[in-house]
Amino acid sequence: MIAKPRVGVVTFPGSLDDRDAIRAVAFMGGEGVPLWHADHDLRGADAVILPGGFSYGDYLRTGAIARFAPIMNEVRSFAERGGPVAGISNGFQILCEAGLLPGALIRNRTLRFVCRVVDVRVETSLSPLTGGLVAGEVLQIPVKHGEGQFVASPEDLVRIEAEGLVAFRYCASDGGIDEEHNVSGSANAIAGVRNDAGNVVGLMPHPEHAVDPDLGPTGGQPLLASLLARALVRA
Amino acid sequence: MKFSCRVDVWLKPGLLDPQGKAIEGALPAMGWANVSGVRVGKCVEFLVEAQDEAAAFAQVHAMAERLLSNPVIEVFVVRDVTEWEGLPFEDRP
Repeated sequence: MIAKPRVGVVTFPGSLDDRDAIRAVAFMGGEGVPLWHADHDLRGADAVILPGGFSYGDYLRTGAIARFAPIMNEVRSFAERGGPVAGISNGFQILCEAGLLPGALIRNRTLRFVCRVVDVRVETSLSPLTGGLVAGEVLQIPVKHGEGQFVASPEDLVRIEAEGLVAFRYCASDGGIDEEHNVSGSANAIAGVRNDAGNVVGLMPHPEHAVDPDLGPTGGQPLLASLLARALVRA
Repeated sequence: MKFSCRVDVWLKPGLLDPQGKAIEGALPAMGWANVSGVRVGKCVEFLVEAQDEAAAFAQVHAMAERLLSNPVIEVFVVRDVTEWEGLPFEDRP
């Protein structure tokens, strides 16, 4: 019998989507491993998810305090050894604050919290969530965030685009990019980015809420399948 | 010695400040139509125990750089690093 890839999901105080992430991993055939923010142990995880929510109440800035949680030392060294790490929503914000991903996330341009299913275009195969996809594919995935406007300094933005670090963009159902579908008002409609090495990725949409066809769109399935495939290589 | 310290943090000038914009949008309805350029920041106050003012300032600067602000989106100013010998800090005016 083939070993199930173990995907660690970190619970911070204020995480909301940790259980959904564990459930989604199991739904897709992996083993979800609960990890605790105050521990120094990834419990043999082959991949790590930082889930959505409001860690530490989003005090100071989103993700600013979670970045200093004890487990983040382990996540950082895991990432430096090439381990696949995916940050979803608040997890994306934490990875940006930790400097593991470029840019930052600020209040949505509309000033409104957005909670709905959006179309997201895959921009690269070189990330732990998109290894099984090709650029240009459009997925339906929900978003639910108040602070998802991706920003970076002009120089960083040029580098992010030039080096292909954009992993996802908000788009129309045909894949077209326009301001109407840019739900957060992100720079260049960016919904997710990856790091230079291609083993760390963050995105605002929630793939873990989009795996079960009984509950709506299933755009999260190929993303989690890609993560499991990547984790399996390490298992 | 204890020093009372204050750090102000704002979004970088180039970035849209949605809170400032919301306030600016509300002001004309109250009769103040002559206001522009509203920006909302944060003010963080605390006490630091240090050898002297220079040491306190250096520490506060490092704290502002590493935790209180995010250099990608924010700028900060360290203000009012002054010796504190008054009421309990929480009771200050």
